[in-house]
Amino acid sequence: MSSLAAFFHMGGYAFYVWSAYGLALVVLTIHLVNTLQQGQRVRRELMRRLRHGRTTP
Amino acid sequence: MWSALTAWFHRLASPPHFYRFAGRLIPWLTGITVLLLLVGLYRGLVIAPADYQQGESYRIMYVHVPAAWMSMFIYMVMAVAAAIGLIWKIKLAEIIAHSAAPAGAWFTFLALATGSLWGKPMWGAWWVWDARLTSELILLFLYLGFIALQSAIPDRQAAARAGAVLALVGVVNIPIIHFSVEWWNTLHQPATLTKLGRPSMHPSMLWPLLIMALAFKTYFFTTLLVRARSEVLERERDSVWVHDVLTGIPAERSPL
Repeated sequence: MSSLAAFFHMGGYAFYVWSAYGLALVVLTIHLVNTLQQGQRVRRELMRRLRHGRTTP
Repeated sequence: MWSALTAWFHRLASPPHFYRFAGRLIPWLTGITVLLLLVGLYRGLVIAPADYQQGESYRIMYVHVPAAWMSMFIYMVMAVAAAIGLIWKIKLAEIIAHSAAPAGAWFTFLALATGSLWGKPMWGAWWVWDARLTSELILLFLYLGFIALQSAIPDRQAAARAGAVLALVGVVNIPIIHFSVEWWNTLHQPATLTKLGRPSMHPSMLWPLLIMALAFKTYFFTTLLVRARSEVLERERDSVWVHDVLTGIPAERSPL
């Protein structure tokens, strides 16, 4: 067995190890995307308010 | 010295200063996070040797343990910020508490799920109702309760106050999680790092763990600052400085 195959095999624990790392990747990505989208939403909404002249500082 | 420190703190707590300061910090934190993640993953998955008892399955530790640490760390950040907001009525503290909660919930979920994936091959069970797992599950419900409570109350001040009370009551769960493996019988292995005396882990296994823990911390602070910045902008939307930020020009010269 090549060393790369052995690496992916994880001594027979491939399912558990890669599921854990995959899940971590998914969770960190979802939270990051949510965070960025929230920022975009806020800025879009504020720009819309600004264009409609409702903000008079 | 002390007055300089408090002056700096007061300046930072002012929304426009926080907005600018956080904006400068975010690129650095992002870069450090990526670097730490790459080094931590490489050292944890490739360089670190297999465990003599658990074989390769122990590598789940490098996401499970940092996620579990984050679940408690973020809760304390949230609770302390909420308390500061409650006592001194500092809006930025309320924003920090509100912005920290989603990351806390996600890391708690990750700790539970990766623990499950580690428990199945090692204990033969996805889940056991022991004190450690149950108190961590309660932590997830505390985060979800905090988020739900704050979004259910339309008035911002009342929402912050109610959330703070919930967060502070829930703090009692944190020492329970930490000491649960000592107070009650459990399958869960005891803490390896904080027990008295020297840590019982070989440096080649320990370093990836510490690097991954630091990577998760900088990841959290990056997303926390991005979220808090957006919320500061939203809450201060009628102020001159937000107008300047959005238009890129000072208000007095703005055509609007």
